[in-house]
Amino acid sequence: MSTITSLNPMLDAMSRAESRDEFSAAITHTVGNPLLDDPKYKTRSVNVFYAGGKQAIFDVDLDIGRNEVIAMIGPSGCGKSTYLRCLNRMNDTIPDAKVTGELLLDGADIYSKELDPVLLRARVGMVFQKPNPFPKSIYDNVAYGPRLHGLAKNRAELDEIVEESLKKAGLFKEVKDRLNSPGTGLSGGQQQRLCIARTIAVSPEVILMDEPTSALDPIATATIEELIEELRQSFTICIVTHSMQQAARISQRTAYFHLGKLVEVNDTNTLFTNPEHQLTENYITGRFG
Amino acid sequence: MELTQHTSHAYNHELEVVRTHVLQMGGLVEEQLSNAVKALLEQDSELGAEVARNDYKVNKLEVAIDEECARIIARRQPTAVDLRLILTIIKSITDLERIGDEAEKIGRYAAEASESLDTNLTLALRHLCEHVKVMLRDTLDAFARVDDARAMQVAETDLQIDREFEAIYRQLITLMMEDPRNIKQSLSVVWCARALERIGDHCCNICEYVVYLVNGKDVRHTSREEVKAVLANNTTKKLPQS
Repeated sequence: MSTITSLNPMLDAMSRAESRDEFSAAITHTVGNPLLDDPKYKTRSVNVFYAGGKQAIFDVDLDIGRNEVIAMIGPSGCGKSTYLRCLNRMNDTIPDAKVTGELLLDGADIYSKELDPVLLRARVGMVFQKPNPFPKSIYDNVAYGPRLHGLAKNRAELDEIVEESLKKAGLFKEVKDRLNSPGTGLSGGQQQRLCIARTIAVSPEVILMDEPTSALDPIATATIEELIEELRQSFTICIVTHSMQQAARISQRTAYFHLGKLVEVNDTNTLFTNPEHQLTENYITGRFG
Repeated sequence: MELTQHTSHAYNHELEVVRTHVLQMGGLVEEQLSNAVKALLEQDSELGAEVARNDYKVNKLEVAIDEECARIIARRQPTAVDLRLILTIIKSITDLERIGDEAEKIGRYAAEASESLDTNLTLALRHLCEHVKVMLRDTLDAFARVDDARAMQVAETDLQIDREFEAIYRQLITLMMEDPRNIKQSLSVVWCARALERIGDHCCNICEYVVYLVNGKDVRHTSREEVKAVLANNTTKKLPQS
């Protein structure tokens, strides 16, 4: 079998690289279509440094479109979660973490001093890998955000928000008779949907999901994926996932991260049938870990 | 393009095995065609009958390879080049099986033919046979080497084969007009020539699948210029010049 030898400086530099740093340095730019017209999020030259000056992500330029599901994939430690956490300033909570670059949500800088991160996180909700309901009733879990932000004038309005959110999260039918029982008593899949209901209760514009189904069984996963497809009508969704099949199933665009660099962004159909970058191809076909 | 090198050695092995089986099937089809052609040109009815008898081997391989591909899709969910390889294989073996059928047709005719052919006609047929044999061999070669540029060169030789078929067709019409007693034999010969011409078309299809395998671009039903553009843009896969 022949090996197609590239006449390409980037690939040559990669094959010569002997250390992780050299290899990373050889990834010079993002291929595919990272930029969009009129994006929801516009991020340019995003760098993230952790304690001790260790750089987690390097010069990421990426646009996230309105009402699209964008999936971030890549090996462990490639920076995809770090990037996701920049989008609602979750990295602020990590001591010594520094984010540089331009991150615009609807054209407004989300790292500006005037912007209240709490309000930002109401606009940009987040769902984590492990379902983390508050140790409160199902009702209170969902009502927590709307109460905090004063979204409901009275009890009736609050009831409506809770019901609506639970319905959108596909959980209402299952829990409508026990809204006052603790959220922690639900099954894993139900808890995760409860967390999604809690997230959408404050009417965010964007939902960030960090491996939302990795702790769930296939049926619960399918329910959440179905939900993501429905939520896309009203929200922009960024999802970090280790399951490439999941990325292929639910996203419109896929971004591949490697060693802190954004290697390729393409529409999902292209990326999974004919990726542009050799590294993307190696990863999605299981040619390295 | 390296088709192996997966983290999972078992997956590597499965892909290698299925590829090897396609090449085995290709070899078998080549042998069938070669024997059929020999039987036709040398009026060896015994050999012709043997070709017709052996077609089941090709069919059996087609079914087995299809099964392997289905198993790989179900268990491995191939993506990118692996996915394209599996799709290419599934499509190519259909064409290979048809080539086998065409060889069987020729074999069957050779088994039944009794009269010797007109000398000019034999010469023209021999030419066509040689061309088709070379084309099939080169097609399998392009597949084995995963060589898209070679595949497109091979596909272009189909034009020559079509021309030769038309020449034989015209020759046969003349023969039939000269003497109606020639009609029976001529019709049979035209079927054989037609079978050979169809084999060229099947080879062409396989070559197009090889281009898809390498470039991810479907070049079926496109003009030669478009195909050339695809090859020119995409031969130094995968990284663009920085």
